[in-house]
Amino acid sequence: MPVSTSSSRVIYDALKANGIRLLSALPETWLVHLIRMAEDDPEMVLVRLAKEEEGVGISAGAHLAGVKSAMLMQNHGFLASINGIVSCAQLYRIPLLMLISYRGEFGERDPWQTEGGGATEDLLRALRIPFAYLDAPDHVALRIRKAQTLAHSANKPVALLLCRDLMWEEPA
Amino acid sequence: MMRRLDALNAIYHHLQGSVVVTIMGAVAAELQSIAHQPNFFYLQHAMGLASSMGLGIALSRPAERVIVLDGDGSVLMNLGGLTTLARYKPKNLNHIVYDNESLLSVGGFPTATSTGSDLAAIAHAAGVPHTCTVREIEGLVVAVTDAIARHELATIVAKVEAVGPAAFVTDLGLLENRFEFQRWLRQH
Repeated sequence: MPVSTSSSRVIYDALKANGIRLLSALPETWLVHLIRMAEDDPEMVLVRLAKEEEGVGISAGAHLAGVKSAMLMQNHGFLASINGIVSCAQLYRIPLLMLISYRGEFGERDPWQTEGGGATEDLLRALRIPFAYLDAPDHVALRIRKAQTLAHSANKPVALLLCRDLMWEEPA
Repeated sequence: MMRRLDALNAIYHHLQGSVVVTIMGAVAAELQSIAHQPNFFYLQHAMGLASSMGLGIALSRPAERVIVLDGDGSVLMNLGGLTTLARYKPKNLNHIVYDNESLLSVGGFPTATSTGSDLAAIAHAAGVPHTCTVREIEGLVVAVTDAIARHELATIVAKVEAVGPAAFVTDLGLLENRFEFQRWLRQH
């Protein structure tokens, strides 16, 4: 499976460096290495979800209790979480650090991913959720740190879109 | 069958010493009508996520006892959340579901528990270690007291009458409640 181990490691190390101690996740192909890294890390509380929206509530509870968290999801999981994002995180001014695998963009081979890909950025803008792309390893650490800084100063959800160029190593 | 307000009063002394997360509507308004505490948080929307918030707090603060006051309409919106609770089984979390078999605050339309869906059985099948359904105040008090003493995850379904307060909006602002609760939790 050509999911990039080295890029996943760069992302995971940046989460750790920024004090993330709780990760909620629902598996998706591009997230497999990140989830395994969390499984193998005794310092990380990994919460496996049945549906991504639960992660909004879990991160809200963790934040109020003083624990930094992040959410790993596919963009379709973001779509499935929108009511929770609006009526829990935005209504109650809760910072969320959402790492969203950006499926359905250029290069996507799975037809079922293509519709959600086209809607993702418009929905983020409609919800006024600040977002940035993670598409090359060299800027991952800085963008994660800046995203978390804004989430906490604004008490708002922010999103980082995990892009194909970062997460997927195309066979030559 | 019991009234929810009486059922809240009967366990109030347990709530005072716990971190409490409630759902919106009648539960939030009635608990505030007894007496608000800084360790009570009322999730006034996001139906289904009160139990997820309780899980996030319980996992983050294992030394605190967390009680989630849920309802049938909210639990039915997040049945998958029961499997997540059961998966992690936080010992410091107790989950009380006030089941009035209706969506009271939006007109009293019946939920699926009115036609036989059994939330305690669903929680049990999801893997929650202790589940029960209680119909009288005395049974609720015993179930909650036992659950706290046992120090293991429990889902207690309390069948209550479909009656609620005259008004659902209280004078406690949502953000006032949120920041007060955060401050209490982080200083405690």
